[in-house]
Amino acid sequence: MSGTPSHALSRRSFLVSATATAGGLLIGFRVPLARGQSADAALEPNAFVRIDRAGAIRVTLPYVEMGQGAYTAQAQLLAEELEVEIGQLTLEHAPPNEALYSHPVFGDQITGGSAGLRGAWEPLRQAGATARTLLTQAAARRWRVSPSSCSAERGEIVHASSGRRIRYSELVDAAARLPVPKNVALKSPAQFRIVGKPVNRVDTPDKVNGKAKFGIDALPAGVKFAAVAACPVFGGQVGTIDDTAAKSIRGVRQIVRIEDAVAVIADHTWAARKGLAALKVTWNEGANANVDTQALVAECNAGLDRPGVTATTHGDVKAAEAQAASFYDADFRLPMLAHLAMEPINCTVHMRKDSCEIWVGCQRLALARRMAAEASGLPIEQITVHNHLLGGGFGRRLEADYVAQAVRIARHVDGPVKVIWSREEDVQHDFFRYHNHSRVRVGLDANNAPISFSHKIVGPAVMARWLPAFFQNNVDLDIISVAAGTYAWPNVHVEYVRVEPPRGLNVGNWRGVGASRNAFVVESAIDDLAKLAGKDPLTYRRELLAKSPRLLNVLNKVAELAQWGTPLGAGRGRGIALLDDFGSYVAQIAEVTVSRSGQVRVDRVFCVVDCGFAVNPDIVKAQLEGGIIYGVSAVLHGRITVAKGRIQQGNFDDCPVLRMHDSPLIEVHVVPSLEAPGGVGEPGTAAVFPAVTNAIFAATGKRLLDLPIDTTQLRNLP
Amino acid sequence: MKCAHAVALVGVLLAATTVADTPLEPLRSPQEFDSIRDRAARSKAYFTEAAKVLQHPRCLNCHPATRSPTQGDDLHPHVPLVQAGPENKGTKELPCSSCHGAANAATLGARVKSIPGNDHWSLAPASMAWQGLTTAEICEQIKDPKRNGNRTLAQLEKHLAEDPLVGWAWDPGEGRAPAPGTQQVFGQLISAWIKTGAHCENRSR
Amino acid sequence: MSQQLSINGVTHTVDVDDDTPLLWVLRDVIGLTGTKFGCGIALCGACTVHIDGVPRRSCITSVRSVGNASIRTIEALETTPVGRSLQKAWLDLEVVQCGYCQSGQLMSAAALLAGNATPSDEDIDTVMSGNVCRCGTYGRIRAAIKQAAAEIHQSAPEGTR
Repeated sequence: MSGTPSHALSRRSFLVSATATAGGLLIGFRVPLARGQSADAALEPNAFVRIDRAGAIRVTLPYVEMGQGAYTAQAQLLAEELEVEIGQLTLEHAPPNEALYSHPVFGDQITGGSAGLRGAWEPLRQAGATARTLLTQAAARRWRVSPSSCSAERGEIVHASSGRRIRYSELVDAAARLPVPKNVALKSPAQFRIVGKPVNRVDTPDKVNGKAKFGIDALPAGVKFAAVAACPVFGGQVGTIDDTAAKSIRGVRQIVRIEDAVAVIADHTWAARKGLAALKVTWNEGANANVDTQALVAECNAGLDRPGVTATTHGDVKAAEAQAASFYDADFRLPMLAHLAMEPINCTVHMRKDSCEIWVGCQRLALARRMAAEASGLPIEQITVHNHLLGGGFGRRLEADYVAQAVRIARHVDGPVKVIWSREEDVQHDFFRYHNHSRVRVGLDANNAPISFSHKIVGPAVMARWLPAFFQNNVDLDIISVAAGTYAWPNVHVEYVRVEPPRGLNVGNWRGVGASRNAFVVESAIDDLAKLAGKDPLTYRRELLAKSPRLLNVLNKVAELAQWGTPLGAGRGRGIALLDDFGSYVAQIAEVTVSRSGQVRVDRVFCVVDCGFAVNPDIVKAQLEGGIIYGVSAVLHGRITVAKGRIQQGNFDDCPVLRMHDSPLIEVHVVPSLEAPGGVGEPGTAAVFPAVTNAIFAATGKRLLDLPIDTTQLRNLP
Repeated sequence: MKCAHAVALVGVLLAATTVADTPLEPLRSPQEFDSIRDRAARSKAYFTEAAKVLQHPRCLNCHPATRSPTQGDDLHPHVPLVQAGPENKGTKELPCSSCHGAANAATLGARVKSIPGNDHWSLAPASMAWQGLTTAEICEQIKDPKRNGNRTLAQLEKHLAEDPLVGWAWDPGEGRAPAPGTQQVFGQLISAWIKTGAHCENRSR
Repeated sequence: MSQQLSINGVTHTVDVDDDTPLLWVLRDVIGLTGTKFGCGIALCGACTVHIDGVPRRSCITSVRSVGNASIRTIEALETTPVGRSLQKAWLDLEVVQCGYCQSGQLMSAAALLAGNATPSDEDIDTVMSGNVCRCGTYGRIRAAIKQAAAEIHQSAPEGTR
């Protein structure tokens, strides 16, 4: 999401990681007492730090941990400025609270858009520095010395000239009485001890011994287990239910019917699933009963022929096109995609007469609470949400539909109930990445050099629903992200045609967001244009990037890393892709092998990233590695289809994903930089789509305009 | 080393097809071939009919051309990439029994409605690979003691007619199309084939 | 029906239908939530446990079929030298991202090293192809298995190598 308001935060933050002490760190829940009401005296100058008389330093982490290293990075920022070791911190998931924990750019409590660390970069360092400043002032007063003569070191204030030292815990009372300073000095990068180092992750020790608690692991006392089936036709409702057989199954306690779904409540999940299988349900399939993929694609195709809303325009494309000697024209079609996070969607709810308690892992905690309030009919103050580790997010958990559903079920249940979706339910009731079509026209001069670039994008306006501030002048600011790349086009025109899916077919964000569509389009076009110009794809890009030094730098570095230009065997090829988004600059080169039967294997992917200051270089690498794997799965296999209003896929048999044996070897290089941190969770995914198809182009001469790749088009090619 | 004795593992058929709609394939009984007067021709016809079973995905998946089974009605490579292992029951590190129990296991509500299982779940030995062979080639192979587990024709008949793992093909678990006919009729066809001289079609045909 | 299960050296009595998969008994009845549900059809490996040392997908393994065999879950991985070496390697190389699949990855890796002390890349790929990771940690998993194998090999007394 850049070229958009998210660009406002683009150079602001980044990842770090921390030294975990042996055994890892405690990650717990805070009982949501109002701040300042805690029974024990404590220094709590802001919503992120609380130091008590016993010396416990609790830090509250606003960005959720879904594997991207957010907890480690946030802990690094806080520990750095607090002048403590990460191992001295007790980490807590932030409760839902828009006022305290909203992302500065999104304006809501959101972990996504590769923006978490950029959102945390200043506020969390400020939070730590504020506490440290208060403690320093308290010590200086006690010793009657100047605060500037004191320093903080590993949980103590030190007066170097006299050799006096005092622990933070002994200063808590005095520091808590001091006025909280508005602005405090932050450490410079040269002073960093923890930030910028590949310190160990804080969340992983408990992830190798089974102790880590994901949302699906919540077991409140007396919990029952629910298996649920929503109407298989999206938008449909429950018709009739015959629960005779289901009720006779041992362990089944209750059948719950809500408007669009049925749930079986039982003593354990298997009994619930057996009950669900035995339930005879008829569905009122509603308006979508005949919708199929062909119709959805046709509607997007028609959109390509309609005029759109102007999204961005520079220069005069019309005038340039009037003078063009020839044109490059191409239409690109991207499929629907599901997320398939490893942890299937789930939510545990305890509805009481006047309160509602929720256990879940969610990327939008405050939204979850708001939706729970609406679904429960209770005032929002009565809703408590305990956040957990997320077993993958990828954008799916940026929604909270499952929280609302679980609350609606729990309203009928006495005591807590854990709703777990089957994998099939998880796939079929996803908030999909929707069909996304693009039409590119490039005007060329007599030498086949580009003189204009126009790009029409057809797709839904997810932001209009999901984050209305990012839907401006009838343009979805995410769907047009990086729609022209960063190339030096003399004249650019980007327009947007909004095509929404049928009501009931839910669409949302998917790792890489707008860039995961538009990087494919632009980088494919550039590769074709290089060919038309008779130039090497590397050389051609270099020429158009003269004014983009950071992008040019990563391009040159990746070319070196991948030994661009050295020969590969028959059926093999290399493809380049570039991306300037999320505040980071990424260049990738994929190497593929295409067999005579058209099978594609992605052998290696080289990736160079300049993400500004790398708070934790190893986590940066891990994010790029993982993002690349996620993207390769999609480019090779990702496609969700609809027939008769039903999603046709359901599990890892018909939604194949990369496994170890067919995964590429990946080499990531992180460019050292003191620029402001950029995001790294998504660029790896977005860039690898075109890196792979460009490599296929190099290997076979076949340009694939539709995804996922169609191996039948690649048979018996040179 | 492992590869040297790589014998077989067992196939699993995670057929994603909706089998409920697939009509059961019939298997003609030996009596239906009475009109063929020529004994050798009749023998060949029995085998050709029996081969509807042998060439069925429920059987072929565990008689693969390599030492890894296939799965589904389209004979796609088994996921995970299991290897036959020393006793055709997978390797010690990833035996068939990681997923395949003593009986078919229901998964409930899933599109893959059951995971196949049998007490004797295992892959056919390398000598008994059928995938890619013609019916005539299978015919020659199946009566060759070097390639049929050192069985006499009588033992072969008993095996095919009565073996519970062979019988799994007609009880493959929910969501999976069974082999044509019944094991009983299949056994009768094999018996009739043997009694008529166990003739095979000309391989070069 | 009531049945006794031996899990991580402790005997538990559970009262469930005997077709109940071990996964749900572990998670819902006994409260051992380290073993994860990922697909329910033995395709992702997140639910892998060891039964008498054999890696099994607990989502399709009925308690009836377990009988009185000895079950080991991720919670007791650290009781074996192989398990400890793997856990250490996993942390040394920062394999883990979201972590949801890693219980199963580790249990599969432990079975791999128990059967093959010096696996090649191909051996590793074959066995680990049964475990899906959506965060894309495969490269690090492969490296960590090799590191653990090397460590176990080095620490083995002479003559047992």
